[in-house]
Amino acid sequence: MYGAQLPSLVPLLPGLVLGIGAMALLMLGVFRGQSFGRVVDFIAIVLLVVAGAVLVALPPGKLTTFGGSFVVDDFARFLKVLALIGSAAAILMSLDYAERERQQRFEFSVLVLLSTLGMLMLISAADLIALYLGLELMSLPLYVVAASHRDSLRATEAGLKYFVLGALSSGMLLYGASLVYGFTGTVSFSGIAHAAGQETGAGGTGLIFGIVFLFAGFCFKVSVVPFHMWTPDVYEGAPTPVTAFFAAAPKVAGIAMFVRTAVMAFPGITGQWQQILVFVSIASMALGSFAAIGQRNIKRLMAYSSIGHMGFALIGLAAGTSEGVQGVLIYAAIYVTMTLGVFAVILAMRRSGGMVETIDQLAGLARTNPTMAFFMAMLLFSLAGIPPLAGFFAKFYVFLAAIKAGLYVLAVIGVVTSVVGAYYYLAIVKIMYFDEPAESFYSMPAELRLVLIVCGLFNILFFVYPGPLVGVASAAASSLF
Amino acid sequence: MIGLGHYLSVGAVLFTLGIFGIFLNRKNVIIILMSIELILLSVNINLVAFSVFMGDIVGQVYALIVLTVAAAEAAIGLAILVAFYRNRGSIAVEDINLMKG
Repeated sequence: MYGAQLPSLVPLLPGLVLGIGAMALLMLGVFRGQSFGRVVDFIAIVLLVVAGAVLVALPPGKLTTFGGSFVVDDFARFLKVLALIGSAAAILMSLDYAERERQQRFEFSVLVLLSTLGMLMLISAADLIALYLGLELMSLPLYVVAASHRDSLRATEAGLKYFVLGALSSGMLLYGASLVYGFTGTVSFSGIAHAAGQETGAGGTGLIFGIVFLFAGFCFKVSVVPFHMWTPDVYEGAPTPVTAFFAAAPKVAGIAMFVRTAVMAFPGITGQWQQILVFVSIASMALGSFAAIGQRNIKRLMAYSSIGHMGFALIGLAAGTSEGVQGVLIYAAIYVTMTLGVFAVILAMRRSGGMVETIDQLAGLARTNPTMAFFMAMLLFSLAGIPPLAGFFAKFYVFLAAIKAGLYVLAVIGVVTSVVGAYYYLAIVKIMYFDEPAESFYSMPAELRLVLIVCGLFNILFFVYPGPLVGVASAAASSLF
Repeated sequence: MIGLGHYLSVGAVLFTLGIFGIFLNRKNVIIILMSIELILLSVNINLVAFSVFMGDIVGQVYALIVLTVAAAEAAIGLAILVAFYRNRGSIAVEDINLMKG
């Protein structure tokens, strides 16, 4: 077509940095051999930081491109920075592991970069096609990194399970998207919002079917209850740095797509999707609290913990208000720091026989390594939601939003399940502080110590000066409404 | 006269077959991969049917994108399956049982 203009590429810059950088790194790795793996890892971290800097330096306000299907607003900025932090920390934490387990493969960093590129697309997606493309670009590298330990039966089994269930969920999401497209006549979120407001009768029923399938796909990606089956197995089977990556950044992107779709595409029919969210968040909070009690493997326990935490985060979305979304954003930010910190400890659980993963191995950690035990205990208290740690404020904001929206039952069940959940976090603290010491771990590598201390201090000191995070989250939430 | 409803019914039937294929099949992982393709194709039937009946081209663009991504997804799925087969020596569904879940 003559006169057609190239869409503005400015909003895409952070993604372009990652995409071009990932391809260049792939070439570098292929031509310079595996011995170059370390350098590739460092460059990948630098690229993630540069992408973050470019993102922050973009002109303020709401930028759109590609006919409105790619949006960079404050909401996107907030969650993108969070996803970049999660990915960078995951690569950082994999350095020591790769060296000791002789799993040094530059492909890991490249795949993480590509997956992060998918997350950036997903967080900005404002129509169903962009949403699907971002989701697949995020998920396909995730399937591969889950199976990246390719001589291990456990890892390949985890990869296979993740792939099968992930593909199933993409299928459900797409089926829902096709119905939404068919009954509203458009794929853009604003168009859907406009059409859904007027829809009644048969078209309305079809649209609701579409929303249910769409949300089923979303629920799978953030691993909340009816679709959580893959989480414990994949967390346990995948190599530990990969699990650390899974637990932070993709969850952030999943929450972003959930919130943006619900708020931007279906604002007029809040009542319809609110029921779904209330159900899934109650079910995941309950399962996350009760099923984790019997777990002995700490990665599996973290899987159930993440299911529970996603349930708490979705309370805010169920409220359907700007305050609720603000709560979700604060929750996501604090959740990322808590998980990264805990995984730094899990990655440091290494002694003469190799990596260990059961909770009993932490016995007496307070005597063999008091600093590590102290920060781990603080992070666990924060996960349990004990004031004045950050995890308490995360829960506080979502419960507050739920109560203001009149969802009293949801808030009460949330409080009760968080008390039940506190049991297994406190059980770990008890093992660390009061049991007979086991053989001590090797000393913690510097980068893991850095991640643990930064995350730990953030969680401990959050209450002193919560203003900036709360303010930014509030601005980000109001940019959606 | 074949209307939109007929196409949507075919799509729904294929989708259901795909879902049942994944959950009821106890034999072979390859059948699961085929079921996944079946689900994606049922989506394409839906998209193309809607697109034609509404006179809107976007649905067909969407269908092409879905086809492309499905090809990439199948490639990755088979690659993971090969890696699993090398370790386990079998691709029967009941042999994927190292972890309970």
